[in-house]
Amino acid sequence: MRLLNLFKIAFKAIVLNKMRTLLTMLGIIIGVASVIAMLAIGEGPKESIRATISSMGSNMITVRPGSDVRGGVRQERSAMETLTLDDYYAIKEQASLLTYITPLVNGGGQVINGSNNWPSTIYGVNPDYLNIKITELQSGSMFTDAEVQSASKVTLIGQTVVDNVFPDGQEPVGQMIRFNNIPFKIIGVLEEKGENTFGQDQDDVVIAPYTTVQKRILAIDHLESIIASAISEDDAPEAVTQVSEILRKQHKLTENEEDDFHVRSMEELISTFSSTSEMLTILLVAIASISLLIGGIGIMNIMYVSVKERTKEIGLRMAVGGKGSDILMQFLIEAILISITGGVLGVILGLGATVFIEKFLNWPTSVALYSIVISFAVCAITGIFFGWYPARKASALDPLMALRYE
Amino acid sequence: MSKEIIKIEDLKREFVMGTETVHALRGISFGINEGEFVTIMGSSGSGKSTLLNILGCLDQPTDGTYEIDGLKVKDLSRNELATIRNEKIGFIFQSYNLLPRTSALENVELPLLYTSNVSTAERRERAIKALEMVGLGDRMDHTPSQLSGGQQQRVAIARSLVNNPVMILADEATGNLDSRTSYEIMSLFQDLNKQGITITFVTHESDIAAFSKRTIILKDGNIIQDHENNKVLSAAEQLAKLPKEDH
Repeated sequence: MRLLNLFKIAFKAIVLNKMRTLLTMLGIIIGVASVIAMLAIGEGPKESIRATISSMGSNMITVRPGSDVRGGVRQERSAMETLTLDDYYAIKEQASLLTYITPLVNGGGQVINGSNNWPSTIYGVNPDYLNIKITELQSGSMFTDAEVQSASKVTLIGQTVVDNVFPDGQEPVGQMIRFNNIPFKIIGVLEEKGENTFGQDQDDVVIAPYTTVQKRILAIDHLESIIASAISEDDAPEAVTQVSEILRKQHKLTENEEDDFHVRSMEELISTFSSTSEMLTILLVAIASISLLIGGIGIMNIMYVSVKERTKEIGLRMAVGGKGSDILMQFLIEAILISITGGVLGVILGLGATVFIEKFLNWPTSVALYSIVISFAVCAITGIFFGWYPARKASALDPLMALRYE
Repeated sequence: MSKEIIKIEDLKREFVMGTETVHALRGISFGINEGEFVTIMGSSGSGKSTLLNILGCLDQPTDGTYEIDGLKVKDLSRNELATIRNEKIGFIFQSYNLLPRTSALENVELPLLYTSNVSTAERRERAIKALEMVGLGDRMDHTPSQLSGGQQQRVAIARSLVNNPVMILADEATGNLDSRTSYEIMSLFQDLNKQGITITFVTHESDIAAFSKRTIILKDGNIIQDHENNKVLSAAEQLAKLPKEDH
């Protein structure tokens, strides 16, 4: 009851001084709005990078041979022939956290169709490849395991290759093309993916069974890499460990020996890219926090002046029975009301600014719920913290002195 | 014999100013019974303001005892004093001390805001009743700036009544008013006193004292006179005697 009364008194004081209250709030409003807007600006690119990587298969795991030193010469990774089909089978059988897995060999070459030709890269894979890369087909179908077994000369091509070797708009499926003089039958066209975040054309690809590429094009029997997908993004780090252990056993490495391979998940890639924009976020938040602090000091300033200005009123309230604690609560509630109302207005302004930046400045934004919660909490704390000192001062006044104060 | 509300015995109040000790009250004793109308008089420096502050529980005596409504005030904490001010005493000040930009009704409600267990409805009801007692039933929504000095003081009187205190303590309550309005206010006080409300009125104007039943005169911290007033003047009659104002 008493607290409710104090609440009413504080509310009345705010309403009676609308303009002053609004000006006091301004610091808080700007502080909160900038925290929210700046976090949204900082989070935006992070989200878009994450989305790009996810579209490439965020739970993808890549196994590559490690570099090694041979006779004092550090060898290039591709020169290593340590990753074999046996490794692939071992992982496929033993790793429980993987859903799809394919060996991968690749080589550059010329795609030729009559007088049209185009330099591209051929990837030798198994049918799991499409699932790992999250790629659909525009037309045709994927080759089968049987075609992999028999090293069939069938291929699927990306849109960029289609555009360059079939410039007349012919239907490519069913046509014959040559890759470095080896004839292939086109059995499908991959969906268009465009460029990825790193500027790489994802449609400039030729896909064929890995057996075909190994035997007929590259003439090798080792693998360039193995790619797989973990059950989920969260399982990826665990899956990386699992694959590493299998390979260490497979390669008969003793405990003192370093891995002769690399297992990486996309998750690592994401965190590398995120850390840059995280720095940006931290910087922006630091700036925004300072403006929130200044807003708080503004509240303290006004409350302090308000206590001085209302000394006589405080004296009267004490004379008619207001206790020190009542006066303290009254001014504290007033400060908290100002800061929380400012916080609400700040959230609205911040969200508005975010929409504006997204719509008119074309900068990706992402409003994090936690930024609203945090800035709101900070507001309330600011109110209590900066309202405390003036309120304490008011409550400690001697009623007699306060009544006589002019 | 009616109940003794105020009991003061050998009350002393000293202020230490640097190396000097100022004796504002030098050991005074008196009592006030329920239903009395007492004026405390004295020139400035006589100690009447100090006495008023102690009576109003805004200040504590250095020595001696002060009892209000059976409660010993000495050694009470700040909060306990605030509760006594809230429940036992109704203050009226020379400069009204109303909250600006706040309606008369809300001004009167003020002391009840600091009282636990009074509902909003009851608070409103009591404030309306108090305003009607002082004849301002039709001005409840007016803010102090919309009221004359006399009306403002009436609001202050209503505020002092709203908590049903055992005693109303008025400090030069007519000091800021012209004589006509002063008489009106004194007449109101006399009416309230007739209804059984105990009033202690501190003033330096001797003509005001003539309206009270008893006068205590202070000088240099001592009571030099404490007498019953044999012929109490009626403020209403005095008001009637004043020359008619031109309208």
